[in-house]
Amino acid sequence: MSVISVKNLSKIFGKKTKEALSLLDEGYAKEEILEKTGCTVGVNRATFEVEEGEVFVIMGLSGSGKSTLVRLLNRLIDPTEGDVEVGGENLAKVGKETLRKVRREKMSMVFQKFGLFPFRTVLENTEFGLEIQGINKEERAEKAKEALELVGLGSFIHQYPDQLSGGMQQRVGLARALANDPEVLLMDEAFSALDPLIRKDMQDELLDLQQKMKKTIIFITHDLDEALRIGDRIALMKDGSIVQIGTPEEILVNPANDYVERFVEDVDRSKVLTASHIMKRPETVDIEKHGPRVALERIREQGLSSIYVVDRSRQLKGYVTADDVKQARDNEQKDLHSILRTDMPTVGLEAPIHEIFEIIHDAPVPVAVVEDGKMKGIIVRGAVIAALANGNGVTEDA
Amino acid sequence: MLNFIPEIPVAQWINTAVDWMKDTFQFIFDPIKQDFGQFVETTADWLSQIPALIVILIVALIAFFVSGKKFGLVAFSIIGLWFVYNQGLWEELMYTFTLVLFASLISIIIGIPAGIWMSKSKWAQTIITPILDFMQTMPAFVYLIPAVVFFGIGMVPGIFASVVFATPPVVRFTNLGIRQVSNELVEAADAFGTTGSQKLFKVELPMARKTIMAGVNQTVMLALSMVVIASMIGAPGLGDKVLTALQRSQEGPGFVAGFGIVILAIIIDRVSQNLNKG
Repeated sequence: MSVISVKNLSKIFGKKTKEALSLLDEGYAKEEILEKTGCTVGVNRATFEVEEGEVFVIMGLSGSGKSTLVRLLNRLIDPTEGDVEVGGENLAKVGKETLRKVRREKMSMVFQKFGLFPFRTVLENTEFGLEIQGINKEERAEKAKEALELVGLGSFIHQYPDQLSGGMQQRVGLARALANDPEVLLMDEAFSALDPLIRKDMQDELLDLQQKMKKTIIFITHDLDEALRIGDRIALMKDGSIVQIGTPEEILVNPANDYVERFVEDVDRSKVLTASHIMKRPETVDIEKHGPRVALERIREQGLSSIYVVDRSRQLKGYVTADDVKQARDNEQKDLHSILRTDMPTVGLEAPIHEIFEIIHDAPVPVAVVEDGKMKGIIVRGAVIAALANGNGVTEDA
Repeated sequence: MLNFIPEIPVAQWINTAVDWMKDTFQFIFDPIKQDFGQFVETTADWLSQIPALIVILIVALIAFFVSGKKFGLVAFSIIGLWFVYNQGLWEELMYTFTLVLFASLISIIIGIPAGIWMSKSKWAQTIITPILDFMQTMPAFVYLIPAVVFFGIGMVPGIFASVVFATPPVVRFTNLGIRQVSNELVEAADAFGTTGSQKLFKVELPMARKTIMAGVNQTVMLALSMVVIASMIGAPGLGDKVLTALQRSQEGPGFVAGFGIVILAIIIDRVSQNLNKG
């Protein structure tokens, strides 16, 4: 079920918004509209839905309209046109009272520079949203403490924000947003002001929290690595328009256009491509019906030096080498049991390439990709190297 | 060429306007003159009747605590106030203080809301800014004239003129302080669903506090500087002594009374600045 449904949402900054909108409809570019009307196109007819419990990343370079778009969602910026449906209410059209209610109960926001109040302690900052709702002191202190425990700041509640490091301050920001127990978290470049190591920790923690609490998260970032790491789906923005929406893999593997392609070019692919992307369909023999003759036949046909052995339900049993098979045939053996070897390297479908690279190095046979013991594919050394080298490790069979 | 248009009777118009205001708002001015005047007078008398030693001790204590338990300001307060007492100007000092107190309070009561309004409304800012410019650039003496017309002579017109002269800084600083609150904090307040007044009292005013207090400090100082001028229309106090000395060309008493004003100014300034640091 979608929690947020955005339709044709646009924001034009400037005075002649109507004129600018009709020019947009006629297909004029952002620069031309600026020249003709003096208006800046902030967001151009964005349409998307965010599912419950999803981490939806909106990604783009600065000036792409991503920060404007997230502010249209809770109407910190009033949209020029279009709809934002949250829980049956069209936020773009509702009155102040309803808007306030939605902001208090359904959506909380985390800010790039934390947005903490310097004159309030960590606890008081965390209580802010609850205080605004008029919840009594004991209850809000209790909820705020719970939220602070969640982000690991339980013992800092009486400090002031400027006594904390950047990472800790953003935890307070996160706790403040969580204390309201909202359905949706809006995170505007929430980790961009943090240094890289802390940033990674925060990403991991956010994912952990997400597992526990099942919040719907809309995360804004300019960093593709971050987007790929935490996003279930990613919307890529350019010049106010969404150019592509898809899972991290879809975006990497099938970039919608040149812009996306250029964007994804410098991603470290070894972190993103996994075993499932570079494996090939395996040649196998069935231990229950095939003997050395069939095995040898297949080995010769494919020009292999060994072949994997499975059972009827494709459970991986081991492998046999060409030499052993030849000998078994010469000795008139009926089955492969006696020559079966089991020292093959195996990985799961989700294993990242750099991990495979490490084990494939001194493996006697191609790496077997298994899921629940079932043979899914094999990875040959060449495929890993190709994937690392040119970023295009996808084979025809995969 | 320049005489093509005869002299425009601006002065007459203003006379007419002031007369009209006097007649029309008599019902407001009279009670202010009577009741408020009485109140101010009583306060000043009451303050003068507290034994000087007690006042000095109280001021010293306040100085001690607001300055973070340092003794510089305490020593200055004790010696300065004792000097004023020693010169036989104690009662004048209390009258001057009362005048400054009421002028400052009224300025702040008017100024802070005006500053808030200005920060919230572009329209209000457009209108109020030139009025403030006018209030600050017009020579302070000029305010004495309508003050006398409306309130006669004495402390009330003195306070009136001081308020006109001293209000602009607190208005400007309040406006500035609120406008300076970082956009992200305002957004944070909005994003959590604050109402206008929640945002103002829980975020904007606390964030602007230091700037507003700097404005308050300026306002108090301006009110004090107006005290000498207000004595021209019969406001009693140290200013009156200075004026008398000037009229009689007595440099000694003039400077002594002047020192009294300087001492009061320094104590008020340092105490209010220290309050702002905390």
